[in-house]
Order: sequence, then C-alpha cells, then structure tokens
Amino acid sequence: MSSVMKRLSGIVQAKANKALDKAENPADMLDLSYEKQAENLQKVRRALADVATAKKRLELQAAELQAQASKLQDQAKQALAQNREDLAREALSRRSGLADQLTELGTQHSQVEAQQQQLETTATRLSTQIEAFRTKKETLKASYTASKAQASIGEAVSGISESMTDAGMTLQRAQDKISQMQARGAAIDELIDTGALPDALGGAKDDIQAQLDATSQTGQVDSELAALKAELGSAAPAAGLPGASPGAESTGPADPSAPAGGGS
Amino acid sequence: MIVRILGEGRYDVPEADMPAIEQLDAQLTDAMDREDEVEFDSSLADLVGQVRRSGVQLAADDLQTSGLVVPHEGSSLAEVRTLLNEGA
Repeated sequence: MSSVMKRLSGIVQAKANKALDKAENPADMLDLSYEKQAENLQKVRRALADVATAKKRLELQAAELQAQASKLQDQAKQALAQNREDLAREALSRRSGLADQLTELGTQHSQVEAQQQQLETTATRLSTQIEAFRTKKETLKASYTASKAQASIGEAVSGISESMTDAGMTLQRAQDKISQMQARGAAIDELIDTGALPDALGGAKDDIQAQLDATSQTGQVDSELAALKAELGSAAPAAGLPGASPGAESTGPADPSAPAGGGS
Repeated sequence: MIVRILGEGRYDVPEADMPAIEQLDAQLTDAMDREDEVEFDSSLADLVGQVRRSGVQLAADDLQTSGLVVPHEGSSLAEVRTLLNEGA
C-alpha cells in the first residue's frame, strides 16, 4: 500500500487532469481554465461568508445558553431559600445539561475558526495565483503556435489546475463542516424553541420559575395567614372575657381606691 | 521536492529533509491502517509542522505542481479516508 501523501498526490493530480480534459486546443484551455478559476474564487468567497454566518450563530447560541445557565443557577438559590431542595436539584441538573451543550459549542466554534483561517488563506493565494495566470495566459496565447509554448501552456495550466483542485477540496471540507454544524445548530434552536430548555426570558414554559413563584405565593399566603392568626390570637383572650376589659378599663382609675376600700 | 499542504499552499523541501518527512508519512499511513485516531492526529500534526519547518513556501503566483500532498491540517482519519476513497 502506497503512503498517504503519495496516494493523496495521485488523487489531486487525477482531479486536476480531469478538470483539464474538457478543453481541446491550448488557447481555449487557457481561457476556460481562467474562467473556472474566477468561478472557484467566487465560491471560496461565498463559503467564507457562510463560515462567518455559522460562527455568528454559534456565538449567539452560546450566549443564549449561557444566560439560561445563569438563570438556572439563580433559580437554584431561590429554591433553596424557599426550602425547595427538589426544585433546586432540578434547576442544577438542567444547568449541567446546558454546560455540556456549551462545551460542545465551544469545540465547534474553534473548528469554524480553523475553517475560516484555511479559506481565507485559500482565497488570498488563489486570487494572487489567478492574477499571475491571467498575465501568463496572454503571453502564452500570443506565442502558443511555437511548440515550446505548448509545453509551457501545459505546465501553467497543470499548476493552476492543481491549486484549483486544492481549493475545491478545501471548499468541500469547509462546506461539509458547516452543514454538520447547521444541522446541530438547528437541533439546539429547536430545543430552545420547544422549551425543552427553559426560556431565557422566563416565559410560561419555565416550569421551575412557575413552581418557585407558586412556592413564593404560598409562602406569602402562609405568612399573611400567620399574621392574621397572630392578630386574632392577641384579641382572643379579650374575647374570652366579655365586658371584663371595658369594665376593668372604666374601673381602672377607681382600682387603687377599691382595694384600699376593700382592705379597710 | 515540492510538497503541498491542502488548504495552505506548496513548500519547496530540500532533498536532505525528505527522509524525515517520509518517515512521518509512513507513521501516518501506519496509524490509518491500524485505525489509530490518536496516533493519526499526532502524526499529521508532526508532518504538517515538519513540512513547514524544512520547506520554503512557494509564492502564490508560482505555478509549479507538487510531487506529494499532505492532508488539510487537523483532518480526521475518517476525512482522509474519504478523500483517498474518492480516487479509488
């Protein structure tokens, strides 16, 4: 079995030659090749825009998941303050699920950056190469009847064709990665939309918040109830002695004299 | 020898440095045959590094063809296998 580098070289040459077979005479070959290069460069530039979009989307998703994670952390604290350990546990367990998603997004983000880097390099080099080829093409066309020029045309075209093949393979790789990420990104969006992850803005779908609010309301009702009971409680002894307190109050001032009178 | 790193460009590597590159190429090939992803990843990183260190990058307007091709930096074993199968 031949080595990876040799086999890959064979594949690149085969692809490059295949791209050349379409042209019949050297002058057409030069023009066709040039047109193809320009098209390829456009494709690489479009892919660069797609990569930038994919990167932005990952960043937005990460920010959203991050916000949800902080919110769940707050909710866990709130739940503990309300003695709802069950809810706190639920909030923390969801938060840990989000942390995994965030790690995954981070990995994807660095992959997208690597793709962006390679495509930028490809675009820059390709555009320089195409320009060099364009100049050379005109020179070669002017003298291509000379047999020596035919060989030069072949070399120049093979050279540019190999670079085009490399660009095509790099583009394909970037596009594969982007579509994998788009599929995964759509899954995360769907997860957020269907409320499998709690809404960052605390909508109706946020069941933890609903329970916390309910607990908090119950707590408020309980404390109001206790306050009422306390009020009634302080009034109760008075109610148990009807007339006694008004009597005590009215006879209050006379009291000192009454025991004194009773005593004498 | 002109060596191309996919997605990066071509390097003119002195013949004296070729044995080191061939050695890493053999390691990479071996890792692929054994389906050893860890070894594959590190061999590829070493190979890319070696080509960059020993070679001189060709100017973008140079139209020479290469004699050997290194996969994209960071390619997985599965990706390279797919590329190689395209030619089969």
